[in-house]
Amino acid sequence: MIPEFGHFALILALAVALLQASLPLIGWRRRDARLLGFATSAAHGQFVCVAVAYGCLTYAFVTKDFSVAYVAQNDHSLLPLIYRISAVWGAHEGSLLLWVTILAGWTLAVSIFNRRLPADMSALVLSALGAVSVGFYLFILLTSNPFTRLVPVPEEGRDLNPILQDPGLAIHPPMLYMGYVGFSVAFAFAIAALITGRLDAAWARWTRPWTTTAWMFLTMGITLGSWWAYKELGWGGWWFWDPVENASFMPWLAGTALIHSLAVTEKRGLLKGWTVLLAILAFSLSLLGTFLVRSGVLVSVHAFATDPSRGEFILGFMAVVVGGALGLYAWRAPRLATSAELKLFSREGLLLFNNVFLLAAAGGVLLGTLYPLVLDALGLGKLSVGPPYFNAVFLPLIVPLLLLVGLAAVVPWKRGEAAPAWRRLRIPAAAAVVAAVLLPLATYGRLPAFAVAGSLLAAWTVFAAVQDVWKRVRSKPSLAAGIAGVPRAVWGMTLAHVGLGVWALGVSYVVSFGAEKDVRLAPNAGADLGGYTFTFRDEKETQGPNYLAQRGTVTVERGGSLVTTLYPEKRQFPSQGTVMTQSSIDAGLMRDLYVSLGEGYEDGSWSLRVYVKPMVRLIWGGGVLMFLGGGLAASDRRYRLARAAERSAAQASEAALA
Amino acid sequence: MPSARFAVRFLLCAALLVPTFHIAAQVESAKPPIVLDAQQEARYRALLPELRCLVCQNESLADSQASLAADLRYEIRGLYAKGASDEDVKKFLTDRYGEFVLYRPSLSARTALLWAGPFLLALAGLAMVLALVRRARRSAAPPPVPDAEALRKILDEAK
Amino acid sequence: MRYAIPIAVLAGLLVLFMVGLQRDPRLVPSPLVSKPAPAFDLPTLDGTPPRMRTADLRGAPVLVNFFASWCAGCQDEHPYLMELARSGRVRLVGVDYKDAADDVHAWLGRHGNPYASVLADADGRTGIDWGVYGVPETFVLDAAGTIVYKQIGPMTQQAFEHNIMPLIGNRESGNGNRGGQP
Repeated sequence: MIPEFGHFALILALAVALLQASLPLIGWRRRDARLLGFATSAAHGQFVCVAVAYGCLTYAFVTKDFSVAYVAQNDHSLLPLIYRISAVWGAHEGSLLLWVTILAGWTLAVSIFNRRLPADMSALVLSALGAVSVGFYLFILLTSNPFTRLVPVPEEGRDLNPILQDPGLAIHPPMLYMGYVGFSVAFAFAIAALITGRLDAAWARWTRPWTTTAWMFLTMGITLGSWWAYKELGWGGWWFWDPVENASFMPWLAGTALIHSLAVTEKRGLLKGWTVLLAILAFSLSLLGTFLVRSGVLVSVHAFATDPSRGEFILGFMAVVVGGALGLYAWRAPRLATSAELKLFSREGLLLFNNVFLLAAAGGVLLGTLYPLVLDALGLGKLSVGPPYFNAVFLPLIVPLLLLVGLAAVVPWKRGEAAPAWRRLRIPAAAAVVAAVLLPLATYGRLPAFAVAGSLLAAWTVFAAVQDVWKRVRSKPSLAAGIAGVPRAVWGMTLAHVGLGVWALGVSYVVSFGAEKDVRLAPNAGADLGGYTFTFRDEKETQGPNYLAQRGTVTVERGGSLVTTLYPEKRQFPSQGTVMTQSSIDAGLMRDLYVSLGEGYEDGSWSLRVYVKPMVRLIWGGGVLMFLGGGLAASDRRYRLARAAERSAAQASEAALA
Repeated sequence: MPSARFAVRFLLCAALLVPTFHIAAQVESAKPPIVLDAQQEARYRALLPELRCLVCQNESLADSQASLAADLRYEIRGLYAKGASDEDVKKFLTDRYGEFVLYRPSLSARTALLWAGPFLLALAGLAMVLALVRRARRSAAPPPVPDAEALRKILDEAK
Repeated sequence: MRYAIPIAVLAGLLVLFMVGLQRDPRLVPSPLVSKPAPAFDLPTLDGTPPRMRTADLRGAPVLVNFFASWCAGCQDEHPYLMELARSGRVRLVGVDYKDAADDVHAWLGRHGNPYASVLADADGRTGIDWGVYGVPETFVLDAAGTIVYKQIGPMTQQAFEHNIMPLIGNRESGNGNRGGQP
């Protein structure tokens, strides 16, 4: 009964979304305030419906209702409760339901926070969001219904894919979807701007906090995904340039470019057409990612059961939504162009360069991801585009970006001059050079070129960002007043840029000083790596809640004293007849010690893969800093004040409509 | 639709899940290890991550636990031991499996756009920025009239 | 005009994806097609003759089928291979890939033996030379010993009639039309 109720709620949500998409548009044409106002009620109603549907599916998982096909495929009576809840989004159908639920959540948030906006703008934004929702509801109901019943009812479920039974992965999809879906808000704002022709600094100010919030969740989602891949896949890598990773990275790059171009549009009223295009692009790349991952056109680590009809649906959906938006752009954007003073050496000029490099990087990722498909479609044979390509292309494009970050922080809007910029930057620059040499020497006593370059760029980014804040603080009479006087948006920007530097440092250290070894060890035999001695002690069988594990004991010593004991496992999940390696990690700020278990041999020896990963935590630490920075920037009081100021404007325009 | 079972095998290894009936371990352990000198070992280590496993197609030969990957690693060690160059090893693999095994596509007419594309994009972007700046300079000192959009808004509100 | 560039790019991508949906990205075409079959020298399962070489495949078209007793896809294609063997339309040579002799004897005993000869590639070395990456795979050789086609995954009637017969059929029968046979 409950699953049917959920199915019904989903159909109802579709109906409400249809109204939400269409009525405000009619209201805008007819200048009917009642129809415009309906958008808000629809947004609330839609959220309630989809939340009910989501609750029903979760209920089916928690109560192990194997009569529902999707539950039977992804649940198991021995599965721990936390994973029964996260199993809802463990496969295609449920993850789509999570997607629309989050979309409805963003829509609800927009309807609440946008009360201060002009009524027509707010209604059109909600209408565009409703149109996107309609597409996803149809997708679920027509091709991917999670509530379909199964006859006969199986005795036991087929269990959640063991590789997904991990806390990192339990929260990774919701975070990622918050980001993907969040860009739909910027997209909707872009559509509303194109329709109304209202594209000005105020529009940019409304759009900014939404974009920053979506970006911050996407950053966290990608960071979590990387952390999970590192500890769960057993290869010791943190980024594989797999199509599914690229699918999340492209919108991130476009979204990062959008955040910066929105700043230009808000401060200077420039780049309007470009900013709108980026807003469309960021969300389009999110949709593209969905298509790539769920249609099976590319070989990916993601094992979403693929089905051509789903691919065709998303393709059609993309054609309508993205095609419609870009058509609107081609038609309306030429009128939005403005020409104003633009100097190359100014904050906005440098931010333009930021956009160029970010988008070229996104273009490179897109090209590399799709190139095998293009060649195959043209009948030119098959090839693979893998990490060596992406690293070779991405690095040269990211280096100028890191150099620009420091520079842009000190160059003022409108026009900058070289002399004052240099005066402010010479100390950070000198400090960065010193750090670039001292840091690798102090930690590893060597100076590999990559480590020096990485430390230089990282230190430069961090010092320049800190210098900017320091100057603001110092200009106030007291330290406390100074710290309080710095707006949250600046704190957020600084934190995000420091995060970028921290990330760069982590990457350069892992690449330059990381070590790995494949060894086959008999009990109590040891292997040396990076100054540590890894000794394989023994292997025992243990029983987990829903698996049987072979558990190795590995002691790690340095200079004769015990550093840590690691317990890598090989887990057998009888429900799926599969074996999974579970690596064991001793995490530290300066280095990770990482062991994963390979094959066991008859003589009692085991093959092991051991790694020493210097500063690998900084890679995710940088992501967390960016996340926090995004949070600070999005909550800047400027946006709240702006809303209060806009109230009068909104009332005025409502009066005009009535 | 290619055979569903065939697809299932790929999916299993795609998530690093090894079928329990795997027999590779015994076969592998029976082979005598191949010892390489330090330089050969370094080249072997450097090349392996650039080669794609054909069974677990989202993993490199360095990472894959598929039995074919183990066999190929053994073959490649054997080639290096016999003094093969990196190019010889790549040719050994592409002769059998095609360019698909190379994660770093070799530069050729059909990959020229792939390798040049991102940098051409960056150059085009830089050119556009310069053009924009030049256009802005030419129209410096913009006339102090509201732009068309603002004008229209004023007219709209007046209606 | 330049405002229409994005939508043109989108249109191109959509066409690309439409074509892409019709293809299987995991299938890797063999570079060996239209080349002479790689050299091999393998023991036969039943010992008569004790070994076979590449030259022994020449003279008439032959299907070289890589299989194993541990492979699920091989069980799927097996009934059709039996049917092909009974019809006598083409010679079938099996290469038992990375398998134990006892296992394959039992397997062929249980499911029947469609092969004129079965060769044992116990260490998979020949499989590597032939570019095999997942059994079952079937190579089609013409009378001169040139590989003219490779079937990746189980052999099916569809693949045999539409892809393979046109390549080998005309030499054998003159008219490839044998649709009415039981």
